[in-house]
Amino acid sequence: MVLALLSAAISGIIFGIGLALAGMLNPAKVAGFLDIFGLWDPSLMLVMAGGIAVNAAGYFLFVRGGKPIFASSFSLPEARQIDKKLVIGSVLFGIGWGLAGLCPGPVIASIGLDPAGIFPFLAVMLVGLKLGVIIRTRI
Amino acid sequence: MTINWAEFTPLMSFSGGALIGAAALFLMLTKGRIMGVSGILAGLLPPNSSFELFWRLAFIFGIIAGPLLLTGFSLYTIEAVAVAKDGVLYLAALLVGLGTAIGSGCTSGHGICGLSRLSLRSMMAVATFVSAGVLAVFVMRHLF
Repeated sequence: MVLALLSAAISGIIFGIGLALAGMLNPAKVAGFLDIFGLWDPSLMLVMAGGIAVNAAGYFLFVRGGKPIFASSFSLPEARQIDKKLVIGSVLFGIGWGLAGLCPGPVIASIGLDPAGIFPFLAVMLVGLKLGVIIRTRI
Repeated sequence: MTINWAEFTPLMSFSGGALIGAAALFLMLTKGRIMGVSGILAGLLPPNSSFELFWRLAFIFGIIAGPLLLTGFSLYTIEAVAVAKDGVLYLAALLVGLGTAIGSGCTSGHGICGLSRLSLRSMMAVATFVSAGVLAVFVMRHLF
Protein backbone atom coordinates (compact mmCIF):
# COMPACT_ATOMS: atom_id res chain seq x y z
CA MET A 1 0.00 0.00 0.00
CA VAL A 2 2.71 2.48 1.03
CA LEU A 3 4.92 1.34 -1.83
CA ALA A 4 2.03 1.71 -4.27
CA LEU A 5 1.45 5.29 -3.09
CA LEU A 6 5.17 5.99 -3.27
CA SER A 7 5.29 4.70 -6.84
CA ALA A 8 2.41 7.01 -7.81
CA ALA A 9 4.27 9.93 -6.21
CA ILE A 10 7.52 9.03 -8.01
CA SER A 11 5.64 8.85 -11.32
CA GLY A 12 4.24 12.32 -10.59
CA ILE A 13 7.69 13.71 -9.76
CA ILE A 14 9.24 12.34 -12.97
CA PHE A 15 6.25 13.67 -14.94
CA GLY A 16 6.54 17.13 -13.34
CA ILE A 17 10.27 17.35 -14.07
CA GLY A 18 9.69 16.12 -17.62
CA LEU A 19 7.02 18.77 -18.24
CA ALA A 20 9.36 21.50 -16.93
CA LEU A 21 12.35 20.39 -19.05
CA ALA A 22 10.18 19.93 -22.13
CA GLY A 23 9.02 23.55 -21.94
CA MET A 24 5.39 22.54 -21.40
CA LEU A 25 5.03 24.84 -18.36
CA ASN A 26 5.46 27.86 -20.62
CA PRO A 27 2.12 28.81 -22.22
CA ALA A 28 3.94 30.95 -24.80
CA LYS A 29 5.90 27.90 -25.97
CA VAL A 30 2.76 25.78 -26.29
CA ALA A 31 1.02 28.55 -28.25
CA GLY A 32 4.18 28.83 -30.39
CA PHE A 33 3.78 25.15 -31.33
CA LEU A 34 0.14 25.66 -32.29
CA ASP A 35 0.98 28.79 -34.31
CA ILE A 36 1.76 26.95 -37.55
CA PHE A 37 0.61 29.94 -39.64
CA GLY A 38 2.97 32.31 -37.81
CA LEU A 39 6.42 31.69 -36.33
CA TRP A 40 6.25 27.95 -35.64
CA ASP A 41 8.14 26.30 -32.77
CA PRO A 42 8.12 22.54 -33.49
CA SER A 43 9.51 21.60 -30.02
CA LEU A 44 6.30 19.93 -28.83
CA MET A 45 6.56 17.39 -31.64
CA LEU A 46 9.76 16.22 -29.97
CA VAL A 47 8.07 16.09 -26.57
CA MET A 48 5.54 13.70 -28.09
CA ALA A 49 8.23 11.74 -29.92
CA GLY A 50 10.28 11.28 -26.74
CA GLY A 51 7.24 10.38 -24.65
CA ILE A 52 5.83 7.92 -27.14
CA ALA A 53 9.21 6.30 -27.87
CA VAL A 54 9.79 5.43 -24.20
CA ASN A 55 6.19 4.62 -23.30
CA ALA A 56 5.40 2.58 -26.41
CA ALA A 57 8.59 0.50 -26.07
CA GLY A 58 7.69 -0.27 -22.45
CA TYR A 59 4.07 -0.94 -23.33
CA PHE A 60 4.83 -3.50 -26.00
CA LEU A 61 7.63 -5.12 -23.94
CA PHE A 62 6.02 -5.32 -20.50
CA VAL A 63 2.37 -4.34 -20.43
CA ARG A 64 0.89 -6.61 -23.06
CA GLY A 65 0.39 -9.97 -21.43
CA GLY A 66 1.96 -8.86 -18.13
CA LYS A 67 0.70 -7.76 -14.74
CA PRO A 68 1.41 -4.59 -12.69
CA ILE A 69 3.34 -4.81 -9.41
CA PHE A 70 0.73 -3.25 -7.09
CA ALA A 71 -2.56 -4.17 -8.79
CA SER A 72 -4.19 -7.38 -9.97
CA SER A 73 -4.34 -6.25 -13.61
CA PHE A 74 -3.68 -3.34 -15.94
CA SER A 75 -6.62 -0.91 -16.17
CA LEU A 76 -6.74 -0.07 -19.87
CA PRO A 77 -9.60 1.82 -21.55
CA GLU A 78 -12.14 -0.54 -23.11
CA ALA A 79 -13.93 1.95 -25.38
CA ARG A 80 -13.11 1.43 -29.06
CA GLN A 81 -15.77 3.54 -30.75
CA ILE A 82 -14.95 7.01 -32.07
CA ASP A 83 -18.12 8.76 -30.89
CA LYS A 84 -19.38 12.33 -30.82
CA LYS A 85 -18.36 12.77 -27.18
CA LEU A 86 -14.72 12.10 -28.07
CA VAL A 87 -14.79 14.58 -30.95
CA ILE A 88 -16.84 17.33 -29.26
CA GLY A 89 -14.80 17.07 -26.07
CA SER A 90 -11.52 17.21 -28.00
CA VAL A 91 -12.67 20.27 -29.98
CA LEU A 92 -13.58 22.11 -26.75
CA PHE A 93 -10.33 21.08 -25.06
CA GLY A 94 -8.26 22.08 -28.11
CA ILE A 95 -9.80 25.57 -28.20
CA GLY A 96 -9.09 26.07 -24.50
CA TRP A 97 -5.56 24.68 -24.90
CA GLY A 98 -4.86 27.05 -27.77
CA LEU A 99 -6.35 30.11 -26.06
CA ALA A 100 -4.39 29.70 -22.80
CA GLY A 101 -1.44 27.49 -23.79
CA LEU A 102 -2.28 25.32 -20.79
CA CYS A 103 -3.48 21.73 -20.42
CA PRO A 104 -4.21 19.85 -17.15
CA GLY A 105 -0.72 18.43 -16.42
CA PRO A 106 1.13 21.76 -16.68
CA VAL A 107 -1.62 23.48 -14.64
CA ILE A 108 -0.94 21.07 -11.75
CA ALA A 109 2.83 21.32 -12.22
CA SER A 110 2.60 25.13 -11.92
CA ILE A 111 0.88 25.06 -8.51
CA GLY A 112 4.13 25.09 -6.53
CA LEU A 113 5.94 27.52 -8.85
CA ASP A 114 3.25 30.20 -9.03
CA PRO A 115 0.33 29.35 -6.70
CA ALA A 116 -1.40 32.74 -6.90
CA GLY A 117 -1.05 32.92 -10.68
CA ILE A 118 -2.38 29.45 -11.47
CA PHE A 119 -5.09 29.11 -8.81
CA PRO A 120 -7.93 30.91 -10.68
CA PHE A 121 -7.28 28.82 -13.80
CA LEU A 122 -7.13 25.62 -11.74
CA ALA A 123 -10.38 26.42 -9.93
CA VAL A 124 -12.32 27.16 -13.14
CA MET A 125 -10.79 24.12 -14.86
CA LEU A 126 -11.94 21.84 -12.01
CA VAL A 127 -15.47 23.30 -12.24
CA GLY A 128 -15.39 22.58 -15.98
CA LEU A 129 -14.13 19.06 -15.34
CA LYS A 130 -16.96 18.33 -12.91
CA LEU A 131 -19.57 19.81 -15.29
CA GLY A 132 -18.05 17.81 -18.13
CA VAL A 133 -18.32 14.56 -16.18
CA ILE A 134 -22.03 15.30 -15.61
CA ILE A 135 -22.66 16.36 -19.23
CA ARG A 136 -20.82 13.29 -20.54
CA THR A 137 -23.37 10.94 -19.00
CA ARG A 138 -26.26 12.85 -20.64
CA ILE A 139 -25.17 13.14 -24.28
CA MET B 1 5.27 28.21 -42.58
CA THR B 2 8.27 29.81 -40.88
CA ILE B 3 10.16 27.86 -38.25
CA ASN B 4 11.06 29.77 -35.09
CA TRP B 5 14.64 28.49 -34.76
CA ALA B 6 15.36 30.85 -31.84
CA GLU B 7 12.74 29.15 -29.66
CA PHE B 8 13.24 25.60 -30.96
CA THR B 9 14.59 23.33 -28.16
CA PRO B 10 14.82 19.87 -29.73
CA LEU B 11 17.14 18.22 -27.19
CA MET B 12 15.49 19.57 -24.04
CA SER B 13 12.01 18.88 -25.38
CA PHE B 14 12.90 15.34 -26.47
CA SER B 15 14.53 14.65 -23.08
CA GLY B 16 11.57 16.11 -21.18
CA GLY B 17 9.24 14.06 -23.37
CA ALA B 18 11.24 10.89 -22.67
CA LEU B 19 10.83 11.56 -18.91
CA ILE B 20 7.08 12.06 -19.40
CA GLY B 21 6.95 8.72 -21.22
CA ALA B 22 9.01 7.08 -18.45
CA ALA B 23 6.61 8.48 -15.82
CA ALA B 24 3.62 7.05 -17.71
CA LEU B 25 5.33 3.68 -18.06
CA PHE B 26 6.25 3.63 -14.37
CA LEU B 27 2.67 4.35 -13.27
CA MET B 28 1.36 1.64 -15.59
CA LEU B 29 3.88 -0.98 -14.43
CA THR B 30 3.30 -0.26 -10.72
CA LYS B 31 -0.34 0.84 -10.28
CA GLY B 32 -1.54 -0.50 -13.63
CA ARG B 33 -3.13 2.85 -14.46
CA ILE B 34 -3.08 5.19 -17.45
CA MET B 35 -1.23 8.43 -16.68
CA GLY B 36 -4.02 10.74 -17.78
CA VAL B 37 -4.07 13.90 -15.70
CA SER B 38 -7.66 14.94 -16.48
CA GLY B 39 -8.98 11.48 -15.58
CA ILE B 40 -6.92 11.28 -12.39
CA LEU B 41 -8.14 14.77 -11.39
CA ALA B 42 -11.76 13.91 -12.19
CA GLY B 43 -11.45 10.92 -9.85
CA LEU B 44 -10.54 13.30 -7.03
CA LEU B 45 -13.64 15.47 -7.33
CA PRO B 46 -16.53 14.83 -4.94
CA PRO B 47 -18.46 12.60 -4.50
CA ASN B 48 -15.76 10.18 -5.71
CA SER B 49 -14.19 9.68 -2.31
CA SER B 50 -12.87 6.19 -1.90
CA PHE B 51 -9.79 4.08 -1.45
CA GLU B 52 -8.82 5.05 -5.01
CA LEU B 53 -8.32 8.61 -3.80
CA PHE B 54 -4.91 8.11 -2.23
CA TRP B 55 -2.78 7.07 -5.19
CA ARG B 56 -4.36 9.88 -7.19
CA LEU B 57 -3.42 12.40 -4.47
CA ALA B 58 0.11 10.97 -4.27
CA PHE B 59 0.50 11.35 -8.04
CA ILE B 60 -0.78 14.95 -7.96
CA PHE B 61 1.58 15.83 -5.09
CA GLY B 62 4.40 14.34 -7.14
CA ILE B 63 3.59 16.54 -10.15
CA ILE B 64 3.63 19.64 -7.91
CA ALA B 65 6.89 18.56 -6.25
CA GLY B 66 8.74 17.68 -9.49
CA PRO B 67 9.37 21.20 -10.84
CA LEU B 68 10.12 22.48 -7.29
CA LEU B 69 12.78 19.78 -6.86
CA LEU B 70 14.19 20.63 -10.29
CA THR B 71 14.54 24.36 -9.56
CA GLY B 72 15.62 23.69 -5.94
CA PHE B 73 18.46 21.32 -6.79
CA SER B 74 19.68 22.67 -10.12
CA LEU B 75 20.32 25.96 -11.84
CA TYR B 76 17.50 25.27 -14.29
CA THR B 77 14.99 28.10 -14.46
CA ILE B 78 11.43 27.52 -15.60
CA GLU B 79 10.11 30.15 -17.94
CA ALA B 80 6.36 30.81 -18.05
CA VAL B 81 4.97 33.60 -20.20
CA ALA B 82 1.18 33.91 -20.24
CA VAL B 83 -0.61 34.21 -23.58
CA ALA B 84 -4.13 35.06 -22.40
CA LYS B 85 -5.66 37.61 -20.06
CA ASP B 86 -8.50 37.32 -17.53
CA GLY B 87 -11.66 36.88 -19.62
CA VAL B 88 -10.09 34.64 -22.25
CA LEU B 89 -8.13 32.76 -19.59
CA TYR B 90 -11.27 31.83 -17.63
CA LEU B 91 -13.08 30.79 -20.80
CA ALA B 92 -10.06 28.65 -21.72
CA ALA B 93 -9.95 27.07 -18.25
CA LEU B 94 -13.63 26.15 -18.49
CA LEU B 95 -13.14 24.68 -21.98
CA VAL B 96 -10.09 22.66 -20.88
CA GLY B 97 -12.06 21.15 -17.99
CA LEU B 98 -15.24 20.51 -19.96
CA GLY B 99 -13.46 19.22 -23.04
CA THR B 100 -11.13 16.77 -21.33
CA ALA B 101 -14.02 15.34 -19.28
CA ILE B 102 -16.34 14.96 -22.29
CA GLY B 103 -13.54 13.73 -24.56
CA SER B 104 -12.17 11.33 -21.91
CA GLY B 105 -8.62 12.63 -21.92
CA CYS B 106 -6.03 15.32 -22.48
CA THR B 107 -2.49 15.64 -23.80
CA SER B 108 -1.12 13.06 -21.35
CA GLY B 109 -3.85 10.40 -21.50
CA HIS B 110 -4.60 10.57 -25.23
CA GLY B 111 -1.37 12.22 -26.44
CA ILE B 112 1.28 10.13 -24.68
CA CYS B 113 -0.49 7.01 -23.36
CA GLY B 114 -3.15 6.50 -26.03
CA LEU B 115 -0.84 7.06 -29.00
CA SER B 116 1.72 4.67 -27.46
CA ARG B 117 -0.94 1.95 -27.36
CA LEU B 118 -1.90 2.78 -30.98
CA SER B 119 -5.45 3.57 -29.82
CA LEU B 120 -7.59 4.81 -32.73
CA ARG B 121 -9.73 6.85 -30.32
CA SER B 122 -6.65 8.65 -29.03
CA MET B 123 -5.35 9.27 -32.56
CA MET B 124 -8.68 10.89 -33.38
CA ALA B 125 -8.66 12.90 -30.13
CA VAL B 126 -5.11 14.19 -30.68
CA ALA B 127 -5.75 15.13 -34.32
CA THR B 128 -8.91 16.94 -33.19
CA PHE B 129 -7.50 18.87 -30.22
CA VAL B 130 -4.32 19.88 -32.05
CA SER B 131 -6.41 21.14 -35.01
CA ALA B 132 -8.76 23.03 -32.68
CA GLY B 133 -5.75 24.49 -30.85
CA VAL B 134 -4.15 25.61 -34.14
CA LEU B 135 -7.43 27.24 -35.14
CA ALA B 136 -7.78 29.00 -31.76
CA VAL B 137 -4.23 30.39 -31.98
CA PHE B 138 -4.78 31.44 -35.60
CA VAL B 139 -7.93 33.37 -34.68
CA MET B 140 -6.30 34.98 -31.61
CA ARG B 141 -3.01 35.94 -33.25
CA HIS B 142 -3.75 36.53 -36.90
CA LEU B 143 -7.40 37.61 -37.12
CA PHE B 144 -7.59 40.01 -34.18
